[in-house]
Amino acid sequence: MTSLNVPLMTGTATNPLPSLRFDDVAFRHQGKLLLGPCSFTLEGTGPTLVMGPNGAGKSLLLRLAHGLISPTQGRVSWLSAECPRQAMVFQQPVLLRRSALANLVHALAVNKTPRKTRLKLALEALARFGLTSCAATPARVLSGGEQQRLALARAWALSPSVLFLDEPTSALDPAATKAVEAAVQEFHERGTRIVMTTHDLHQARRLAGDVLFLSGGKVREHTPAASFFNAPTSREAQAFIAGELIE
Amino acid sequence: MENNNALYVALSLVLNLDATLYQIVTLSLQVSLLAVLIAAVIGFPLGAAVALWRFPGRGGVIIALNAMMGLPPVVAGLTVYLLLSRAGPLGEWGLLFTPSAMVIAQVVLVLPILAALSRQKVEELLGEYREQFISLNMSRRRMMPTLLWDARFALLTVLLAGFGRASAEVGAVMMVGGNIEGVTRVMTTAIVLETSKGDLPLALGLGIVLLTLVMLVNAGAYVVGELTRRRMG
Amino acid sequence: MNKTLKLVFAVITTTGLTFSAAAEDYITLASTTSTENSGLFNSILPLFEDATDIQVRVVAVGTGQAFEIARRGDADSLLVHDTAGEQRFIDNGYATERADVMYNDFVLIGPANDPANIRSAQNVAEALAAIAEVKAPFASRGDDSGTNRAELRLWQNAGVEPDGDWYRELGSGMGPTLNTAAAMDAYVMSDRATWVAFKNRQNLTLLFEGDEVLFNQYGSLLLSEEKHPHLKHDLAKQWHNWLISDDGQQAIANFKVNGQQLFFPNAK
Repeated sequence: MTSLNVPLMTGTATNPLPSLRFDDVAFRHQGKLLLGPCSFTLEGTGPTLVMGPNGAGKSLLLRLAHGLISPTQGRVSWLSAECPRQAMVFQQPVLLRRSALANLVHALAVNKTPRKTRLKLALEALARFGLTSCAATPARVLSGGEQQRLALARAWALSPSVLFLDEPTSALDPAATKAVEAAVQEFHERGTRIVMTTHDLHQARRLAGDVLFLSGGKVREHTPAASFFNAPTSREAQAFIAGELIE
Repeated sequence: MENNNALYVALSLVLNLDATLYQIVTLSLQVSLLAVLIAAVIGFPLGAAVALWRFPGRGGVIIALNAMMGLPPVVAGLTVYLLLSRAGPLGEWGLLFTPSAMVIAQVVLVLPILAALSRQKVEELLGEYREQFISLNMSRRRMMPTLLWDARFALLTVLLAGFGRASAEVGAVMMVGGNIEGVTRVMTTAIVLETSKGDLPLALGLGIVLLTLVMLVNAGAYVVGELTRRRMG
Repeated sequence: MNKTLKLVFAVITTTGLTFSAAAEDYITLASTTSTENSGLFNSILPLFEDATDIQVRVVAVGTGQAFEIARRGDADSLLVHDTAGEQRFIDNGYATERADVMYNDFVLIGPANDPANIRSAQNVAEALAAIAEVKAPFASRGDDSGTNRAELRLWQNAGVEPDGDWYRELGSGMGPTLNTAAAMDAYVMSDRATWVAFKNRQNLTLLFEGDEVLFNQYGSLLLSEEKHPHLKHDLAKQWHNWLISDDGQQAIANFKVNGQQLFFPNAK
């Protein structure tokens, strides 16, 4: 277990982003320890990039944080009065078998957005992500990049205070990757806490405010981006940055 | 001209717009389509519910639904007969030997097919959508309509399977309908009747007409389904 | 769930109404396949409907099932051919009155080459004994119908216990039994009406007829108002009375298939 050497800033006016705490969290499946136990707090402005080699437990950590699965040990909690509104963008976007527009309207309906404003919000979100011309196109015949942008637009329409992204660009070409990164920046600037996994060092350098580094199911390091890339403290992170094959 | 060829009989029945045939065909379609519709209204939400909720005895329910798909029509007919008979618990309704009784019997036959197969289809789709649904903070109840709508192409096929079963069966409608001429005689019971009269060409001719009808319904559904499916990707 | 159920019932009831909207007054008559298959009802029912505006809906089943339907109160009227059974039905309180309506007769059918030579038999007992003697295949309905019961009585009178490979109990109606007999060149006992109207004869032909014991009496029964107060007893009574009236009897006598009269009115 590595220390939490991120400057501690408790919820003030300058930092409205909801803070996430992992308390001695572990996840076991069929008796096998897949993650943890680990403790850390995500605060500050981020964006937080969760990094590590394949199989390090990045996706698992994201799912625990988002509440898609429950830890078998410890506790995941938000340091705010109520659970913040969250959204997640998956590596493979999960889109309904309907038009792009209908996908957004459905998410807004689920979110109990008043019926009258749904269409307006949905069209705005499509426009923001350059998908206006695809509004009537069935979501599942869109290209990979368009599908991921649609997933981002869906998240955008829900105006979450926390956005989780699980390797959102790993299946995309450079142009589409660029669009996704721009979108992430936009979310960040809107005041959304970003928690994103990636195994791409360059992407992390472009986006990260702080880095949570995992390997072998353990959190090895949680530091501001600058110190992570310039002076990693753990042996695993040093090797990872140096481009060695580690487990 | 005397001709004993079944295909010829079928053709001349259709081409002459035989009034009795028309009436029998209409009733067959009415009864089976209505039965499938009612069974869908109950069976699809039921199947989706079994797919979505975990409860004690769920495995038993799934096995029962799957087994009931093979329920012999005459057993369904006998059960509905005993229910609707004047001496039975629902005798007051006076439905025995009416088309309504035939609809009820076919609902009993078709419901397990629709529920069991839609359970399977919805569960497959749920596997794909689950994380997104939880991420959207959807309740199971809210998931149900979304899943049913998104499974619509698969469910159309399920619907056709149900319609096939309903329109092909004879044991149940014979028993609860009574094969009354002009009232409860449908294609299948008419075929049985003509067979028992030894008029095999006419029986087979009616069979060809029935088969053609079922094929038309299937073709229509296939074309609609395939066109939209291709559009939706 | 409750709402769904209510909706379903509402739909069923509504369609029930639309389905039966065309029906004026009607009664349900439980009767036998022989009367329905021969076309007798198609011939006489329109006359009754013209005279009374009452529609008769015929459920044609085996005699045993017809009794069962009437016993459960699912038919308003009963027209069958098993005089002993009809009497028992009255004794058990399910019916109040019985009237002879008409008779037809049973005939023995068999393959044209007639291996048991029943063509030359003097009476039906002799004919059956001959069939048993050479163990020629015999198709029996074996369905506890009126015809089946009559056939068993005839075997008994002939002093033969029908048993063995040659005696095949099919458990089917008259028509299917004839179909099967035609397929396996078997002897079979049929009512004349079904036989005359039957089209899939193949090798089969009429071999023996005319013995008085082969007469097959049909009776109409008035069902018990006490047991089944909900039935349409008034309408059923009109039907019953019409059948045994001069008009009804004449209508039965006028019904012919291929120029042959099949049912002989004999109401007293």
